[in-house]
This record gives sequence, structure tokens and C-alpha cells, in this order.
Amino acid sequence: MPDNSHDIETHDYDVVVIGAGGAGLRAAIEARELGQRTALVCKSLLGKAHTVMAEGGAAAAMGNVWSEDNWKVHFRDTMRGGKMLNNWRMAQLHAQESPDRIYELERWGALFDRTKDGRILQRDFGGHRYARLAHVGDRTGLELIRTLQQRAITLDIDVFMECKILRLLKDAEGAVSTAVGYWRPTGEMVSFTARAFVLATGSIGKSWLYTSNSWESTGDGHAMAAWAGADMIDMECVQFHPTGMVWPLSVRGILVTEGVRGDGGVLRNSEGRRFMFDYIPPMFAAETADSEEEGDRWYDDHLNNRRPPELLPRDEVARSINSEVKAGRGGPHGGVFLDIATRRSADEIRRRLPSMYHQFKELAGVDITAQPMEVGPTCHYMMGGVRVDAETEQTTVPGLFAAGEVAGGMHGANRLGGNSLSDLLVFGRRAGMAAAQFAQGRTRAPAVDGAEVAAVVAEAEAPFGRDGGESPYDLQSAIQQMMQQLVGIIRTEDELRRALGELDSLSERAQKMSVSGGRAYNPGWNLATDLPSMLTTSRLVAKGALERRESRGGHTREDYPKPDPELGKVNLVQRIDGDGNYTLEPEPLLEMPAELKELFEEEPH
Amino acid sequence: MADVTMRVWRGDEDGGTFTEYVMPAVEGEVVLDVIHRIQAGPAPDLACRWNCKAGKCGSCSAEINGLPKLMCMTRMDVLPEGEPVVVAPMRTFPIIRDLVTDVAFNYTMARQVPPFKPREPEADGTYRMQQIDIERGQEFRKCIECFMCQDVCHVIRDHEENKASYAGPRMFIRFMELESHPLDTDDRRELLRERMGLGMCNITKCCTEVCPEHIKITDNAIIPLKERVVDASYDPVAWLGRKILRRTKRSALEAALDAPGQHTPTRQEQPTRPVVSATDHS
Repeated sequence: MPDNSHDIETHDYDVVVIGAGGAGLRAAIEARELGQRTALVCKSLLGKAHTVMAEGGAAAAMGNVWSEDNWKVHFRDTMRGGKMLNNWRMAQLHAQESPDRIYELERWGALFDRTKDGRILQRDFGGHRYARLAHVGDRTGLELIRTLQQRAITLDIDVFMECKILRLLKDAEGAVSTAVGYWRPTGEMVSFTARAFVLATGSIGKSWLYTSNSWESTGDGHAMAAWAGADMIDMECVQFHPTGMVWPLSVRGILVTEGVRGDGGVLRNSEGRRFMFDYIPPMFAAETADSEEEGDRWYDDHLNNRRPPELLPRDEVARSINSEVKAGRGGPHGGVFLDIATRRSADEIRRRLPSMYHQFKELAGVDITAQPMEVGPTCHYMMGGVRVDAETEQTTVPGLFAAGEVAGGMHGANRLGGNSLSDLLVFGRRAGMAAAQFAQGRTRAPAVDGAEVAAVVAEAEAPFGRDGGESPYDLQSAIQQMMQQLVGIIRTEDELRRALGELDSLSERAQKMSVSGGRAYNPGWNLATDLPSMLTTSRLVAKGALERRESRGGHTREDYPKPDPELGKVNLVQRIDGDGNYTLEPEPLLEMPAELKELFEEEPH
Repeated sequence: MADVTMRVWRGDEDGGTFTEYVMPAVEGEVVLDVIHRIQAGPAPDLACRWNCKAGKCGSCSAEINGLPKLMCMTRMDVLPEGEPVVVAPMRTFPIIRDLVTDVAFNYTMARQVPPFKPREPEADGTYRMQQIDIERGQEFRKCIECFMCQDVCHVIRDHEENKASYAGPRMFIRFMELESHPLDTDDRRELLRERMGLGMCNITKCCTEVCPEHIKITDNAIIPLKERVVDASYDPVAWLGRKILRRTKRSALEAALDAPGQHTPTRQEQPTRPVVSATDHS
């Protein structure tokens, strides 16, 4: 193999952030403000990352609408929503620091919707006891990413757009020192050396057929961390959002914001029944309305009424929809009906949910002010991920930090809506801070091993050299069909074992795939370089799902339908060793201090 | 269903040509779906940008039958039946490959916008703003940066030479957003006149027509900006306009909150509960 590593373009920084969604932007801003030479590397154009799709809002206990709210209530909601599998310290830091991060965005120019007394307005969402989501209509993610993007470009951060990172390489001491990738517009290889790296690469959701995730969500960061030897936790915990579009088929999976339910929308089956009243789990019975009348009163009076069951955490609602459709009470396209038309005025719907109105009108020909939307579960969010230290977001590999969706722990087994945007801000900032500190303390210049770089380049280029192999598009489609069928919202031992077998053969097929055309902006080749991450993350999910013989949060086993208290005390930790072998160990959760445990003993209301 | 004929521009900076792909028609599809099926079939290396596929990220702009549109929001069934669908890259930007153009110009211009400088916060460290005072700014912040307004702008569409001294409609709404921000303290009039080429816009409103977010770019941003940069001493109308706008920078309530003896109303003092819930039924 020729050593052509010296031919490739190389850049050196103090801190390199991979991924330019909310977490990556916030991390880069922090590292740069701490004086570090900082680069931001992203697969798409700046401002197009998946954060832009977030709709409902950012959860932060500011108490602007309900002064009863505070970080302890938010912390408790988050932990209960996560079925207590969360890293308690992350959940605590998140609840404590989110308000400051939102106010910071406002100082940077964000324009959140207002209360009548001029403060930031907050909206109701599933699993949050009080209206807590700072928002801008139903396009909060756009506001967040634009504000951070505009802040970042005034700080002299170097942005490498449409640049895909393939691998992280370590120096002799085992610290990450190099990232190797390529420019999508030219197909030319590029490497970055740095004293610290932050992964902020988002999700893995493109491995499912019906997903709210974009083409970018191929689990690059999850896979690169695992290949570098990092601990991965609770990879079986994947969130299926209850309300994705189901028709037309070409838009199946596109998100319908939980804000529709937060603003009064209700779910009905084909018989017109508000079926969520039939699915209230004991854990939430004490704080959930048991009649439509009480649920309806709650929107105006949270103190004397309990929340409607449509606003249970997402895992509960998604499973319930699944059950209704299975029982034959679904709509014509296999979903159920989300009705806001009969609940709120047309004007209000257009004002509060403009992008949902637009989306259904344009893509499905449905006027949501007059008709119900047909919706069903869609793969949405990855709770599991790279294990990090709560304070610093440092992974178990020196020099490597992770924030946002690629990191695990914060959301436990199920994420509450709205907690993702604030997660990005809180832990993006912390990762940037800790990475800057690590970079300053790292004395040895990061070393590059030319042979390792050459091996990465050779692997990426290999599909060009093969003739007659399968197309990467066919392989991607095969992965998606298989994961949807065998590692979907409801799982069984038999199906998960079959999935692992399928992944073996898909991995073999991927070794033989071939790509045509040139290197410059070649989506077929680009996809071919995404497939290794998709295969690795899919395997981690299936292995975790097989071992977690219980149902908890986003992970539901038909053969183990109840939570197992013993499994509720452990993270499933997976590692890939230097020879590519996967190991899995249950390890005890961090012990929560007594004063926080008390929060779970008191009765709500 | 019948077939659809897609006539897609293929090529790079050295030139190119339209290539026809005949694909089976599928109910409910948008142009981007058909492009994706072409990629998965006859042309795996066909280059296009896309991300969200729901009109929220502004990545998949192209010229469809000659008109700038988002491919993800253009349904096949609204295009003339039985005729080829012509898909070309945006013309104003240099070609990278096929439908992908080099939009770096827009990012370069964005870097020249000075950072937002807000006034001092209230005593509690946060700000008060009234919804009505932020709605203009929110209109501009709906921008998804599809750059179709830049694509159709006559000043740069066939005049590469103007790009060095002209920011374009996308940046003008960014400036107007800052100008109308209730917390803003900066003055960008010199910059707009000297560096951003505001005077070169001849308000043909092409930008407004193609905006997928229906932002009134010309009426609500460019014309008010033009009024502002006109020298106050020569234009009493513009001067008056500025005065009036200055007042909206701070609402009466905000001023009251700053007054001596100010206090923030507590929840109990507020007339109705909840003050504004997420479901404000007014």
C-alpha cells in the first residue's frame, strides 16, 4: 500500500469540533472564546444540520409561565421520563443550567415568543409538569442554529463545510490526535491534527426506513468513538417519536411536532375515541387526567387539574399508537388521527403551528385547521451513545469529548421533548470548555502516523476500484428495511438474533460494493463511506437490545414486556477492541445522592 | 400510473448538458423523491444537496422548469402533466457538479455582518420585549437560507462583477432583522451604503416572489433599509421614519420597568392566570 499521507491536505488546530448542529456550534463558540484555535467540520453546509428540524422548543425551568417551576421539578421530570436510567448528574446539570443557556441565546440575538409581560414564553410538552419550552412558533431549532451560527462566524472560527470525517486516529499515548476525512465537493482527502476533539455528530436514525432524521444521521460519531475504543452505553435505547407523517409514502416519517399536542391536539382512533385514556401506565397515573373534561381543563389550570394522557412521555404514546393500529383501529394509511382542527381556531393553529400547517398543506394536501392529521411512530432520537463524564463530556478515550445526541446518559431510556435543544446548549458549552482546557494542558504535539492515514484513505477509496459489486444505495435500503422490521419499536429475542445474522451478511456485502463516477460531489460514493458507521451502530443497537431483557423507555421487548428492577440499575456498556470484537458488560449506574433521591419519594401535587 | 420524464442538468464548471431520465410515476411524490430514485437507479453519482426534506433547511434549491424552487416542497402533481420536468442548478452561483452550486458567496457576505450588540439587560439580568415588537424580526428570522432570493436577484444573476460589492436580499433581511431588533444599539447605515451595495437594488421584487417562507423581502426589509440610509438631513420623511422606529425599539412597558422604583410584577399581581399559557386562546 503506498504511503500517500504526505500528499493530503493537513490542518492543525487546538480544538476540532466535528458536527455543526447545536452542540457542535455551542462547543466551538466556547472553545474559541477561551482562546483556542478552533475548527468546525461538518458534512453539510453551515446551518443545515439536523438541529434545524427541531420544532417544539427548548426545555428550561425559567418559571416564566408557572413560577412553581424550578430545576428540581425539571430534573425529576427528566429522570422519570428516562425511566431512571439517566446519568443523574447530567440530568441535574441540564436542569440547573438550561435557563442560563436560553438567556444567553437571547443576548446573542434570538427572538423567542413572549409572555404578555414581555418574558420568554414557555409551552407545554409531554412529560414536563409545567409549561417549560422556550420556543419560536414551531421552528425553534432554526432559531437556535441560526443564532449560534451567527455568533460563531463573528468569532473567527474556521468552518470546514461539506467535509466528512471518516476516522479518528490516536497517538502512541492513546490520545486522539488526528481526524481523517474528505471534502465532498472535490473528493480530496484532508486530515486535521488537534489537541482535543469534540464529537457532535448527532444521531443514527438513518438506519431505519421510517425516520425523522436526514441523510446525515448515519451515526458517524457513535461509530468513530467506538472504533477508537470508547465506551458506548445503552445503545438499545432508541426513541420512536409517536407522531410522524404516514402519507404520502414519500414523506413517511417526517416529524409532526409534539407542540400540536402541547397546544391542545388530541389523538383519536378510527372510532373517534381518545384512546390514550386507555393506556395510562401506573407510574404516571397519579398525575394524569382520567377524564376528557379534566384533561381539557388542564390547559388553562395546571394547578387544579391533571395533564391529558396525550402528553405522556413519547415512549408511552408511541407504544399506544402501535397497539391501536395493531388492534385494527388505525387510519387508512396505518396511522392514527391527530386532531387539532376541532380543538383550536384556524387562526390560532396557523399562528402557533405555521410550519405544520405548511408541511401538511404542501406535502399531503391536508388542511390541519379543518381535518385531522394521520400520524404514526417514526425513528427520531438516540438516547444511547458515547459514555461521557457529566461535568466535562470527556469520553473514556483521552482527547475525545462528545456532546449532544452522540453522547449517552443524559436522557436515560427515553428523552422528553424539548430536552434535546437544551441538552445541546448545556453540554455543548461544557464540552467546548473542557476540550479547551485539555488542549491547553496537552504538551506533546499530536503525532500523525502516515501508515494509519493511508489505510483510512485506502479503505474509503476501495469501492472505486471494484467492478460489478452492489450499489451502496441498495445496501443502505437493505439495512433500513432490516432494522425497521427486526430492531424497530417492538423487539423480540428471535428477531434480534436474526438482525445480528443479517448484519454479518450485510457487512460482507459492503466489503464488495462498488461505486461509479468521479470523486467530486459523488453522493453514491459519499453514501458508501457512511455505510460502515451505519453497520457498526446498527450492530451496537441490536446487541444492546438483545441483552436488555426488559422493556424500559424507548426499548420495548415483546418477550419481556415489563421493566426489570435489576436491569434498571445498570448501563449496558459496549466496546469494540482493536481486533474488531464487540464486548458487552452491565455496569452499575452512578449512585444518586440522598437529597436528590428524596425528590422521587414525594407525591406530585 | 404513467412515467415521468426528468430532464436534469449534468455537468461541472467546464460545462454540461441536460440528461433525460424516464422514471415510473409514484403518487404523492415531490421532485426530490424522483431525483433520489434516479440516484438509487440509473445515475448513482447525480449530485444534489438535501437535508430535511420538509422545507425547513433550504438545502435543495434548484430551478424547476425555469423557476427557483425547493425540490422537497415541489409536488410532481402540480407540474404540467405529460411534459418533461426540467431541473437545473441555481444559475447565479458557480457550478460544483450537477445540481450543486458553490454558495460560498452568501457565507462570505454573512461574515461581514457585525455582531449583535444588545442594550444592557434589566436588573434581573434578562430582557423584556413585547411580542408585537419582535414580530418584524421574527419574520426575517424565518429565513431558511435557501438562497433563491440571491439566485433571482438581477444585480448578481448575470453580473459576477457585482458580487464583490453587493450583499443581496438574503443579507438585507438579516440587516433589517438587526435594525428592527428591540434590543439593538448598533448603527449599520454606513456599512449598508458603502459596503453592502444597498443602493444597487432596484426593487423589482423578484426575491419576494420566490421566497418559500413568504417573507416580504422588498416591502418589509429593503425599502425600509433604503429609507434609513438616506441622509437624515436631506430626507425629512426618512428622518421621521427613523424616529418612529426608534420608539418601537423599547416598548412602554420596558421603559416603565426601567423607571425608578421599578419592580417586576409577580405572578400574583398579574390579572389573569395563567398569564399566557402555551395555548393562548385569545
